Amino acid sequence: MKSIRWSTLVILLLLAVFPLVIQSDYYRHILIIALMWVVIGSSWNLLSGYTGQVSFGHAIFFGIGAYTAGLCTTQLDISAWYGMLLGGPVALLIGLVIGWICFRLRGPYFALATIAVGEIFRLVATEWVDFTEGMQGILIIQTFRSKIPYYYLALGLAAACIYSIHTVMNSKWGYYFLAIREDQDAAEALGISSFRYKSLSLMISAFFTGLAGAFYMNYMAFIDPQVVFSLHFISIMAILVGIIGGVGTLWGPPTGAFIMVLLQETFRSAFFGMLPKWVSEAHVLVFGLLVIFVIRYMANGIVGDWGKIRQVFSGRKASPSAGSGN
Amino acid sequence: MEVLIQTLVAGILMGGIYALVGLGMTLIMGVMKIVNLAHGQLMMIAMYITFVLFDHFHIDPYFSLLVSMPALFLLGAFIQKYLLNPLLKVDSILPENQVLMTVGIGMILTEIVRFIFQSDYKSVKTSYSFSTMYLGTISFNTSMVVAFCIAVLLTGGLFFFLAKTDVGKSVRATAQNKDAALLMGVNAEWITILTYGLGAALVAAAGTLLLPIYYLFPDVGGRFTLKAFVITILGGMGSTVGAIVGGVFLGIAESLGATYISMALSDAVGLVIFLLVLIFLPGGLKKLTKI
Repeated sequence: MKSIRWSTLVILLLLAVFPLVIQSDYYRHILIIALMWVVIGSSWNLLSGYTGQVSFGHAIFFGIGAYTAGLCTTQLDISAWYGMLLGGPVALLIGLVIGWICFRLRGPYFALATIAVGEIFRLVATEWVDFTEGMQGILIIQTFRSKIPYYYLALGLAAACIYSIHTVMNSKWGYYFLAIREDQDAAEALGISSFRYKSLSLMISAFFTGLAGAFYMNYMAFIDPQVVFSLHFISIMAILVGIIGGVGTLWGPPTGAFIMVLLQETFRSAFFGMLPKWVSEAHVLVFGLLVIFVIRYMANGIVGDWGKIRQVFSGRKASPSAGSGN
Repeated sequence: MEVLIQTLVAGILMGGIYALVGLGMTLIMGVMKIVNLAHGQLMMIAMYITFVLFDHFHIDPYFSLLVSMPALFLLGAFIQKYLLNPLLKVDSILPENQVLMTVGIGMILTEIVRFIFQSDYKSVKTSYSFSTMYLGTISFNTSMVVAFCIAVLLTGGLFFFLAKTDVGKSVRATAQNKDAALLMGVNAEWITILTYGLGAALVAAAGTLLLPIYYLFPDVGGRFTLKAFVITILGGMGSTVGAIVGGVFLGIAESLGATYISMALSDAVGLVIFLLVLIFLPGGLKKLTKI
């Protein structure tokens, strides 16, 4: 516990009092979505940033979580809140199967395989109308009218997710994950079963992403395959959250999540209505430019390259030793 | 029986175009060792170039190959020189930086096109778009046949280039071993630029050839990026012959899927094959043929 610094507690406290101070449902909503992305981004980071298996398919787990919750209502006639119990484990099990298939591949090929699996899930969810309602999607009735219960649930999820990843990364598993990322063959030679630890990493990652999906179902009360299994809006967004914040850092994805959600909202509302309407169509373009800029100039993201950024703003010349670490 | 033959014919003709898509991807993958996730988006740009030439200047899509291929060659070379090559000097935790970069490039290309042309579906309707030829009772779509023939010619040209010319040999040398090629005096950086340009030009040809019978909208690129890597994985990564076989195979499989399973799921057929190949035949068809 001693490694949790006071700054973490301050942030947590600020986030905890936020909805009590700010009365606007609009800002509460933005923060709920941002917290949900903290969970997805951090989970992605565990698999891709720490373990080095870049996933382009986190929409699979998100969608499965969301559909598990939705199907609880449409198929089993029980509350979608059971999805919060089932969504994580179901995503974890499916993650296990996907890992069994995809971990035969390394590097970019793994990334490709995850895209393919993601697209298959999207197509199946679209075409299997009897089970999933297809394109029509699943509509439920929201339990609470106030945003506050959802807010604290999202905050709890985000905190649990970050805390779990922090714990895992400080355990023996964490070191194995890093070893696999740095050099899989060397790790194998030292007796680390790369398949086993990659699977573990994927399972934890899938579990939290599935929970986030189940939360989304309960909060938004409507899902359809084009949204929750979307390559662009979920899988790629998860990657953007990770790389913009900083891959392989604990606080990178949370930072990235807040930046991305705020940016998305700013552009979608055309700078809160201050700029002409066409600006709102440009938000994906801005994401693309941001990706190129970040990869080119801040390869380790905002948190990873924080030292470098501070130097630019303080106007000091970079010393040769600085800025090269991660 | 007739339905089966008809389906196979349609599949093989489509396969010729897929082979072009796959060849471009394979070249890039072979030389740069990266997966180009902007591949379909490059194709989409070529399709829009063809569309504009047809719509505003009434140029036949087959003649616009002369514009779309060089244009995409330049675009590809630009991307490689100014966006991908500089990344080799940046260190980062994830080795997949270049792949992520291609995702960003793909997004930008799609969004720019969406900005200019909106999201509407567009198509090029030529006088021969729906004309068919008959051989016995089997019908051949004229523009598919022309497209197939041009695809074969381009593929032949590529093989000649790779096998017989000095530059082509340098490309192959760089693909085999970049460091050794450097030591032999090959300007590897220039070769990567050339290769990405060539890959883009090939996929541009595929896009242009497809246009008389297809429709286009800004997001069409993503669909072809997926197909491109299904073909590449199917053919065995980095094998040019494999890419052709993979392309034809995918064409036939999709065509069979559309006839016998369901039209809506024909896109999924390729993806399922892709997973089956990963599980049962890692290494693709190359493993079987040893080419």
